[in-house]
Amino acid sequence: MASPNDLNAAIALTRFGLGARPGEIATVAAAGPRQWLVGQIRPAGADQPQQTPETAGSRLRNFRLYQQDRRAMRDGDGEVAPSEDPVRIAARMLREGPAVDFLARARLAATTPAGFRERWALFWANHFTVSGVKLITSVLVGPFEQEAIRPRVFGRFEDLLVASTAHQGMLVYLDQVQSVGPQSPAAAYLKRRPLPGIGGGLNENLAREILELHTVGVDGGYSQADVTEFARALTGWSVGGQRETVDRRGEFVFRLATHEPGARTVMGKSYPAAGAEQALAVLKDLAAHPATARHVCLKIARHFVADDPPPSLVARLEAAWMESGGHLTRVAEALINAPEAWDPAPRKLKTPYEFLISSWRAIGGQPGAIEHISPPLLAMGQRVFSPPSPKGWSDEAITWAAPDAIIKRMAWAEGFSAVVAADLAPGPIAAGALGARLGDPVRKAVARAESRQEALSILLMSPEFQRR
Amino acid sequence: MTRPAPTRRSLLAAAGGLGLGVAFMGRAAFADDTAGRRKLITVLARGGMDGLSVSPPVGDPDYAALRGRIAIPANVALKLDGTFGLHPALAGVHALSLKGQARIAPAIASPDRARSHFEAQDVLESGASVVYGTASGFLNRALTAAGGRKVEALSVGATAPLILRGPTQAASWSPGAAGEGSPRLPGILMDLYAGDPLLAPALASGLQTEAMAATAQGGMAGGTAPGMDGSGGVAGFVRQGQRVARTLGKTVAGFMTQPGGPQIVAISVDGWDTHANQGAAEGQLATRLLYLDALLAGLNEGLGEAWSDTVVVVATEFGRTARVNGTSGTDHGTGSTALVLGGALKPGGIIGDWPTLRSDALFEGRDTRPTLDMRGLFKGVLADHMGVDRAALETAVFPDSAGARAVTGLV
Repeated sequence: MASPNDLNAAIALTRFGLGARPGEIATVAAAGPRQWLVGQIRPAGADQPQQTPETAGSRLRNFRLYQQDRRAMRDGDGEVAPSEDPVRIAARMLREGPAVDFLARARLAATTPAGFRERWALFWANHFTVSGVKLITSVLVGPFEQEAIRPRVFGRFEDLLVASTAHQGMLVYLDQVQSVGPQSPAAAYLKRRPLPGIGGGLNENLAREILELHTVGVDGGYSQADVTEFARALTGWSVGGQRETVDRRGEFVFRLATHEPGARTVMGKSYPAAGAEQALAVLKDLAAHPATARHVCLKIARHFVADDPPPSLVARLEAAWMESGGHLTRVAEALINAPEAWDPAPRKLKTPYEFLISSWRAIGGQPGAIEHISPPLLAMGQRVFSPPSPKGWSDEAITWAAPDAIIKRMAWAEGFSAVVAADLAPGPIAAGALGARLGDPVRKAVARAESRQEALSILLMSPEFQRR
Repeated sequence: MTRPAPTRRSLLAAAGGLGLGVAFMGRAAFADDTAGRRKLITVLARGGMDGLSVSPPVGDPDYAALRGRIAIPANVALKLDGTFGLHPALAGVHALSLKGQARIAPAIASPDRARSHFEAQDVLESGASVVYGTASGFLNRALTAAGGRKVEALSVGATAPLILRGPTQAASWSPGAAGEGSPRLPGILMDLYAGDPLLAPALASGLQTEAMAATAQGGMAGGTAPGMDGSGGVAGFVRQGQRVARTLGKTVAGFMTQPGGPQIVAISVDGWDTHANQGAAEGQLATRLLYLDALLAGLNEGLGEAWSDTVVVVATEFGRTARVNGTSGTDHGTGSTALVLGGALKPGGIIGDWPTLRSDALFEGRDTRPTLDMRGLFKGVLADHMGVDRAALETAVFPDSAGARAVTGLV
């Protein structure tokens, strides 16, 4: 008979973390599940998948060089050796950059002893989605997570919001880089001398998604006028280009020349003209808004506990948020200490990424190449670094449990098992992956399987392994 | 790790790369002789498709000035009538329009006015009058209303769109599903899933669909699956994308023309959120329209004779601002264009009224003013083409929709 402590150890590793590696459940049970989780919180933030990563700035500069080269090649007389063909070089860079980033992240997730810290970071990366659906943003998703998100996930929400908004990845993804204040000096200049391919006005995409998705939420009480005013305040926040000095190219810049002059009113509050500080002031107020606490805490509860989480849990998180001024360490502690989060019945279906990562963890392995991850994720509906919209990946089972997706999971589980099962002992692997969460029917089905491959497939496709 | 044939897998990969997803619905609900042949295909253009570029009102005196550098020039648009043309990328749709088999509804919208993708798509697909009004899709409820018999639903693509969610378990399928694993495993898992409300019906339905998929795949043999490595440059990407979209259309048609194949299909096409540099006759938006045109051509070709029993509706969650924005794109708006195609269609002019783009006619001073409710269009198609009971359309399928009168006389 499993003790409550054993069950909680399994929950800590699977629901709060990314799955148990062999032997981990016993370690966590000995350390105390809650203590083990709290011990993963640290001011320095989440772990970094890469120790010497390419930065967003260098990726952007390389991307622009490629664009120049391509233009030069098109305009010139053409003969280029294949090894120097900028289109080929760029295609390689575009393939390899995100592949390197994603593989490093998956290997960290599969091997980390601090699975809760990693899940917490993944939650925030998804909350502030930068999607690789655009060619140029595909090389920025990895750097965005490393530079803007991971260092700040246990700090204040306000800092995370500002850092994500000011990052090149977000500025490019949500079209902020090109937004120009209609009354700004740059707009007046562009009216006199239009430049091909350069508009002279406002783009409200980033402003809208910050309000709707990152902060107060769609019911947060803002209007179309607030979106437009916030977009005006954000003008000037951009990324340095070829007309800037070398040290600013590819980096965050504030351009006074494109900033809309004057005071702005957003959600009933007036913000005097203050250059870059004007949008910063709006962001700070949005971060502190009670609707933001409500919206984001509901998302946290939904991610960790249930698609339709208990209101009492959301209220606990909200209280911790408001009392601490949005300090995410306090919110994480409130989550760990909430009794609702330890309900023995698992109510979350794993996303495809969580399913793959937890499978590697279950066998004590890790993916060796991007080809081990990318095709199955695509088949199961979660293309690498490419959520379909700024809303990010869905946190609801109904999105992931389409019949075809379940068939795809089964096909992958069989293929995976065929490769890895030969040297494994299925019984201990099942016990090590699920501990006290392993039910009798699945334990028996694993024991009765006619091959190791079949046994491991059964484990990975079992209801308790598919959920957390 | 022997997996399915490369052509099937790479088609899936390529289709995923284009943001294409497909959902099929139901067959037995309309099993009587006449209605049993009728087919409805819904193409959801996700992201807010710019109606003023899809069917540019080049004869509207305010169009060119509002649109500036992204206006479709009148001499480039494919002429529909004295006011409207079609985007030059929609050559296939235009050819159909000359045969009376394609019409536009140029100022249509769902009842949602929040300009949020997610709210607007929810309202469009759920058929509700307000966001979160219902958790099921209107196509699912339409089938239930029409049937009373066994209803089957089938989605293709790895995730289930709201439009077909509902009380009935939706099947789903996408290329490259089955694999050659242990023949025992599905049975063992069905036992373990017994009583699991999520996994049991999903697996059962997925297994059933595999057999059907094998037949539909027959129609795809010989289709070259393009790689997506970009070696052909941008033009190569676009040509590959068109081929993939056309093949997908033909495959979907292959499903529908099988005996007992689905009568209702929903296809998603992503990538319409053109905030910046959307282009005019060429560019970002034109490329999406080339894919859309190729997809529709593939459906037309694959359906063959069944095209004459078919209606296709291309709809989006909202249109975009009438004015070009500061970054040569357009922001979230309200009214947009729906395309209605098919051999079952009666010839005719535009569907609904054109409010014009005069500054005092624009909705909230910025968007195409909707003159037609999307629910009215679907009510008309579901009643007149698919034979769904009118009373059910007014209640179960589209609750609180008295203001959205059915568009009649389309078929």
